[in-house]
Amino acid sequence: MSQPEEQHTQHSISYGRYILIWLGLLAFTGITVTLAGIDLGRWVIITSLVIASVKSLLVLNIFMHLKFEDKMFKIFALVAVATLTIFITLTFFDYAFY
Amino acid sequence: MTTAAATHTHRDDVGSRMGMWLFLFTELILFGGLFIVYAVYRFKFPEQFQLAARELDTLVGTVNTIILLTSSLTVAMSITAIQQGKKHLSMMLIGITIIFALAFLVNKYFEWSHKISIGIYPQSPELLNKPPGEILYFGLYYVMTGLHALHVIIGMVVLAFSMVFIATGKINQQSYVKLEAGGLYWHLVDIIWIFLFPLFYLIS
Repeated sequence: MSQPEEQHTQHSISYGRYILIWLGLLAFTGITVTLAGIDLGRWVIITSLVIASVKSLLVLNIFMHLKFEDKMFKIFALVAVATLTIFITLTFFDYAFY
Repeated sequence: MTTAAATHTHRDDVGSRMGMWLFLFTELILFGGLFIVYAVYRFKFPEQFQLAARELDTLVGTVNTIILLTSSLTVAMSITAIQQGKKHLSMMLIGITIIFALAFLVNKYFEWSHKISIGIYPQSPELLNKPPGEILYFGLYYVMTGLHALHVIIGMVVLAFSMVFIATGKINQQSYVKLEAGGLYWHLVDIIWIFLFPLFYLIS
């Protein structure tokens, strides 16, 4: 019997690597909660959003295997995030700078 | 002839996963719209948002964050397990994920009931007496965490089906793209929470 099915290019990730990423995610959660307890003023929003973005990148790249997918997946993801960023930026032109 | 035709099944796992990713982008835009509303009103009423956020329990939010992050770990590991042909381990890991999802919802239930018991719910006289920024904060809190909780419920159903498919052999070591799609959905639910958590719980 021949192998009629498409070849898998799927990457297999070890449990150890997943657990490492999970520990990293927990550490970032600890950092963001601790920072929220300190009065950082305006920086609170920026630091918490930066940490949330780093956590999302870890989930996207490793848990969701984006790092190991075709280039096309990454371009799509970038376009999606860029679209949302443009929406938010353009909205603020109406509110922040008038 | 018919058997030969039956064994030649066309499969495109990369295409299936790409379809799932495209769907996830529509989800991103769905929540994205709500995040824009949040951003604008927080910008307009920064002090009132901070004051309103004091009503939320950071501990409950942190516990729920840890629950969701861990559930993402177990669902990711279930894919490695099925790739190695460990059917029962994979099903067990999905089962743990579903239990975590339930724990998340139980927490959410108690959180919401507490809010409602102290009179904070949409259109409540207690809430309507508060300044506009606080009304908006709690409106967004209920809509965004509510829509997120709905996604958690859908994710649980999807994962429960994945478990059944592993049991019946529809998902197996050679063909597990259905589980991958379910996992991707679950991770998206996790990412949405990663942003909801600091924006609602950590601003006071």
